Amino acid sequence: MEPGDHLFRREAGRMVATLTRIFGVHNLALAEDVVQDAFCRALELWKFRGVPENPSAWLMVTAKNRALDVLRRERTARTFAPELGRLLESEWTLAPAVEEIFAPQAIKDDQLRMMFSCCHPRLPEEAQVALVLHILCGFSVGEIAAAFVSGHAAMEKRISRAKKVLAGSKKLFDIADARDFTARLPAVHRALYLLFNEGYHGASAESAVRADLCREAMRLAALLGAHPLAATPATFALSGLMSLHAARLPARLDSSGELLSLFDQDRSQWDSHLVGEGQKLLELSASGSELTAYHVEAAIAWTHVSAPRAEDTDWGMIVSLYDKLLAIRPSPVVALNRAIALAQREGPERGLQEIRAIANSDRLAGYPFYHAALGEFEVRAGRPDLARGHFLAALALARNPMEKRFLEHRLAACSPAVARRAG
Amino acid sequence: MSEFVYLYRGGEAGQSPERAQQQMQKWIAWFKDLGDKGHIKNMGQPLERTGKLVKGKQKTITDGPFAEAKDVIGGYSLIEARDLDQAVELSKGCPIFDVEGAVEVRPVMKMNM
Repeated sequence: MEPGDHLFRREAGRMVATLTRIFGVHNLALAEDVVQDAFCRALELWKFRGVPENPSAWLMVTAKNRALDVLRRERTARTFAPELGRLLESEWTLAPAVEEIFAPQAIKDDQLRMMFSCCHPRLPEEAQVALVLHILCGFSVGEIAAAFVSGHAAMEKRISRAKKVLAGSKKLFDIADARDFTARLPAVHRALYLLFNEGYHGASAESAVRADLCREAMRLAALLGAHPLAATPATFALSGLMSLHAARLPARLDSSGELLSLFDQDRSQWDSHLVGEGQKLLELSASGSELTAYHVEAAIAWTHVSAPRAEDTDWGMIVSLYDKLLAIRPSPVVALNRAIALAQREGPERGLQEIRAIANSDRLAGYPFYHAALGEFEVRAGRPDLARGHFLAALALARNPMEKRFLEHRLAACSPAVARRAG
Repeated sequence: MSEFVYLYRGGEAGQSPERAQQQMQKWIAWFKDLGDKGHIKNMGQPLERTGKLVKGKQKTITDGPFAEAKDVIGGYSLIEARDLDQAVELSKGCPIFDVEGAVEVRPVMKMNM
């Protein structure tokens, strides 16, 4: 087992998904107990005897044997998965049925089934994301609360409420029904997109947590891409978008852990393997006639990574991609990004003009980078005194210490003394 | 050198898969460190937390556990140390203390007089 490999966390999701398929979604808590038990055994045994050669297989077999015990002991007292029904009643059919469910391909499908089940339309999006993280990615409530910078009690409540909805849904989502599958797929995309974004832009200051969330979103998106019904152009576009953003993660912080803007990043640190993956995924995403927001966002990310230096960026292309994105999914944040791109090409005065023209910009008032953008443009337009006020407003809204320090640097750079020296 | 037995008592398994894994990795590192320094006579075994208790002239059999859950022995090791003080000192690195467990350090009786 490699150091830094989150084996237990990863396997937790696989095991819960598979056990829930056997026990039925109403017995989710039982599945979680069996998984917890398997980890206890692993912890006790491995610390004395070392990690077995194939730890994943060891955990899965342990979970399977515990599942068989539970089924034998409780099959008269409890009802298990309705779709397995009578197979569990006789010893002749029970063991082979369980064996089949623990086959590798079946385990992959179980994760997909659980992913779609977690994205239940009765759950708000943030609850879907929390549930995916908890059940499929093996994060504890405390770890999720820390990642989202939310209170433990509030997160506990959100997750237990979501679990209740899931357990009450009677049946796991049926991934064999192509119509239901296609109808639910956009919600699954959205949840994975939000999960990735939480890691990339989210409130948690700790970079390890952020990278973990991004990695989990990418792992689940790759599972989608490997399933015939889920391998749609939108899925590939989403995966591609994640790869291209994740490629820039190693350069987002400088050596002292401070946030770097896209212009100041050392581009040689971008992960060329992920750039290559992203490019492949973009090619796969171009196969249909459908153009989703993920396609456009991926194309924007691609335009950025294909510029060897910041000044080589094709801003004209980026502005026109933002126009497309605005048409598909209008939002003030997208409009703000478009204004920033436009200012790169046509100067700060044009940027200021565009920002002021954004409809419902009052919705941006609570977004720190709205004020930061105004500040940047004023600096570039040679009005540091005006810029200060904007950076101060941005600073008041900063969501984590890293953003705060980043904005403090910008603020310091437009203090009168520095500005005079620069001028 | 004298011999001592460490009895590992209680200890939570960890609230999350990540915590359980970290806990396990700490144990492996701790055992390795003790072994490298020549203090491990026999690493010992983990014990199931269930079992039977056979007691009295009647040999009545009852189900375990035999103690409060927080005191159940989860495993043991055979340690070599200069004296009890050193054995106690060495036990302080045990990861069981992160999870509210305890190490009972017991000298093995010697035959010499």
